[in-house]
Amino acid sequence: MTDWEPVIGLEIHVQLATRTKMFCGCPLSFGDAPNVHTCPVCLGLPGALPVLNASAVRHGVTIGLALESEIAERSLFHRKNYFYPDLPKGYQISQYDVPLCLGGRLEGVRIHRVHLEEDAAKLVHVGESGRIHGSDRSVVDFNRGGTPLVEIVTEPDFRSAEQTHDWLSLLRTTLKQLGVSDAKMEEGSLRCDANVSVRPVGSSALGTKTELKNMNSFRFVERGIRAEIERQIERLEAGGEIEQETLHFDPVTGALTPLRSKEEAHDYRYFPEPDLVPLVVDTEMRESIRAELPELPAARAARFEHELGLSADRARELAFRAELGDYFEGALAANGTDSSAGANPIAVANWIPQLVERIGSDADPAGSKVAPGALATLVAMVEAKEVGREAAREVLTRLVAEGGDPRAIVQAEGLGAMSAGDGGVGELVDRAIAANPAAADQVRGGNLKAIGPIVGQVMRESKGRADGGEVGELIRARLLDQP
Amino acid sequence: MSSLIDLTAAQAADRVRAGEIDAAELFDAYRSRALADDLNAFTWLAEGAPEADPVRPARDAPLGGVPLAVKDLFCTEGVPSQAGSRILEGYRPPYTATVVAKLAEAGAPLLGKTNQDEFAMGSSNENSAFGPVLNPWDTSRVPGGSSGGSAAAVAAGLAPWAIGTDTGGSIRQPAALCGIVGLKPTYGACSRYGMIAFASSLDQAGPLTRDVTDAALLLAHMVGRDRRDSTSLEFPGEIELPRAEDLAGIRLGVPEELSGEGIEPGVLDSFNATLRLAEGLGATIEACRLPHAPHALAAYYLIAPAEASSNLARFDGVRYGLRVDADDLTEMYSRTRAAGFGAEVKRRIMLGTYALSSGYYDAYYGTAQKVRTLISQDFEAAFASFDFIVTPTSPWTAFELGSKTADPYAMYLNDFCTVPMPLAGIPAISIPSGLSEGLPVGFQLAGPAFSESRMLDAAFALERAIAFDGSGPMTGDRARRAS
Repeated sequence: MTDWEPVIGLEIHVQLATRTKMFCGCPLSFGDAPNVHTCPVCLGLPGALPVLNASAVRHGVTIGLALESEIAERSLFHRKNYFYPDLPKGYQISQYDVPLCLGGRLEGVRIHRVHLEEDAAKLVHVGESGRIHGSDRSVVDFNRGGTPLVEIVTEPDFRSAEQTHDWLSLLRTTLKQLGVSDAKMEEGSLRCDANVSVRPVGSSALGTKTELKNMNSFRFVERGIRAEIERQIERLEAGGEIEQETLHFDPVTGALTPLRSKEEAHDYRYFPEPDLVPLVVDTEMRESIRAELPELPAARAARFEHELGLSADRARELAFRAELGDYFEGALAANGTDSSAGANPIAVANWIPQLVERIGSDADPAGSKVAPGALATLVAMVEAKEVGREAAREVLTRLVAEGGDPRAIVQAEGLGAMSAGDGGVGELVDRAIAANPAAADQVRGGNLKAIGPIVGQVMRESKGRADGGEVGELIRARLLDQP
Repeated sequence: MSSLIDLTAAQAADRVRAGEIDAAELFDAYRSRALADDLNAFTWLAEGAPEADPVRPARDAPLGGVPLAVKDLFCTEGVPSQAGSRILEGYRPPYTATVVAKLAEAGAPLLGKTNQDEFAMGSSNENSAFGPVLNPWDTSRVPGGSSGGSAAAVAAGLAPWAIGTDTGGSIRQPAALCGIVGLKPTYGACSRYGMIAFASSLDQAGPLTRDVTDAALLLAHMVGRDRRDSTSLEFPGEIELPRAEDLAGIRLGVPEELSGEGIEPGVLDSFNATLRLAEGLGATIEACRLPHAPHALAAYYLIAPAEASSNLARFDGVRYGLRVDADDLTEMYSRTRAAGFGAEVKRRIMLGTYALSSGYYDAYYGTAQKVRTLISQDFEAAFASFDFIVTPTSPWTAFELGSKTADPYAMYLNDFCTVPMPLAGIPAISIPSGLSEGLPVGFQLAGPAFSESRMLDAAFALERAIAFDGSGPMTGDRARRAS
């Protein structure tokens, strides 16, 4: 029985958030009426010529620098020739053997290259299936044609489907933080193809790979890759061979079907685009872009860890999802601006997963009813023992549902902490000891773990307002230190 | 012959600007001659002179309202622009080529569109969907190509001046065969925006005129950087009207590779006579070497078809021009292109596709590019010792219609002396140097990049000494000699 190791590489297409298209002045758009943003250049009319969009170049360099790539001082555009109705010139202007960025890495995954190219137009297959097979006819919307793209190609450094999901999420955060793309998979501004192969664990040779296309969400990427890994292992274990092919993943059925693709057995006849001059990025331009780079997720995680004392895992959890990091920093900014003494950043960070759990794992907390300051206040109250941990969880649930001020909720609901000095807690403790004589005897006999049921009753009866630690101490004092 | 027609374009412009003649009258005089076109030189004619602009009348424009014949492949808004091809049947572009717009702005309104070899592929104007153009010196002969319609129209006095394009000789060779002046500018001097492309790295627009002064006047208003053509360049300095009376101090280099073997004796006689005239004007004449020039034709017939195979991919029946419907996409492409392209265009698309295909790229396209570099270096070395390189423009005079159509290679040899210059991107001019057996012979001067003004000066001095009489074909009493 062989153990198999998946080997995965990704090719990511990112639509750049420029004002105009890659080679003409038509505005970028999403969802407008078809073919309204077109001109002789992006329609490929005879005689029209491309002119490179300078801000697309800056975005490309920005991405390259963020991925620690080598920025080429001089790179070339090539024509990639093939016939398809979404390609009005009969070729795509792309970069080939001299790309804008070479090498690099992001979170341990090596980057092979990053290059600039133009997007194809959008084919709409009219008919029930919505796919090319079985459609009545196809029409072309050239609004998307010529949108600036970067293609990011990784080395085959992924070893699991889950890893690609987390990494893509980090990449998306990075791109959004750079301000170079909306990076929305559902709108197609971030698209991912995967090259998948498997090999026996311990082998350093690469197996035959297949290419997975059309995975339009992170989840589909993960599921598609997982399905393909399983398919390949099954095939190999049955003594079969993997055929090098391009597969379409259907997220509804989970099926992988070979794509009869425009690329099948194609010779793209790449040659240098004679209508454009070589792209020159001099040191001055490169360094001016570098100077404007915002803080990237990895740096942010390091700052959270080293300056604020968060655990490495928590720091990455927050930094690698920009919206969580932003919310966290928002809470810290509001922290202590009310009457409270302010909460420890570590404690605030530890409460964010509680919030995420309540609002849905993909939601942006900034869009919830919980103001960052409200969370900070709540955490500060917990720390000052003004509210018990259990009660605070309830308050958070209320905040998610209704918003508002945690202090007011605590007061209105009578959820304020019962302190140990408060006679009420003592009474509850006495009652709980009396109600659990067997447990009390075990504690007295030195089995401290038996204290659980007694503490549990106190907490239940106090509705979470008592402090668990203090209750424990009180019980121990009663049972062990009595003369 | 009307006295208006006797005037050169520059003279006519002067008269209009002096208020001595009326621009509309001039336009109509040419239009009625063009309407009676018996050479098949025009594919479309304007209905009449453009309406007089009260703010900016023709007499205030530098080109004085002198009408212009324009090669079919220049896009002209709302006016048929087919590049001599059936595949663009009925195509009327929504925009006008930069060069045509600039000339109209300077006061040279569109008189008509002229016939040409399909997509500028040819040296005889026999590869046109509109049928061949006849040579006004002898209507049993070809006018040369690919700008054959422009050359014939100017030579026959159907147009005062014309523009064409030159990729491997397509301005200079028809100018030579029709006894007029043709100039191919430095690559990048004129915008290519709106020129239906043949070979992007070689194509240049240029004037075809009755004399050198007209060429200078027209060129002066064609050049300049266009932000819509990334390969266009700012022209250094003004192009002034030529006035040199001699060639004192001018060093002319005669490359043995382009002035001996394969050149018709009558052409060589005229060439040598012109060299003696040049000497008489004070020029020094020496043999020089362009060692790689004999390989220029081979390199050209790889590079130009390679670029063409890609440039012509857009003619796919999807968006404009001819479409021959079929049951599936590939079949539609195939039928449309089979019906729309002529034999020579198909030949070059196949040649170019082959030259770029994987496994052959280095051997063909790659090697051709190396040869191109060597040819540039040959010229550079020669220009260290010479002001201009001079050669016969065409190895022979106008040949009989149909005499070379069966042998593509014999046809390609037409470009033997004109192909090295566009490969090096340098300017060259052909002026009539005399007659051989009653047919015009062209004399070519080539200079370093952006030496147009000096080159026009030298050509002007020679032109005066040669005193070529080109009025014969303008009488309308055309020779028709059977071979």
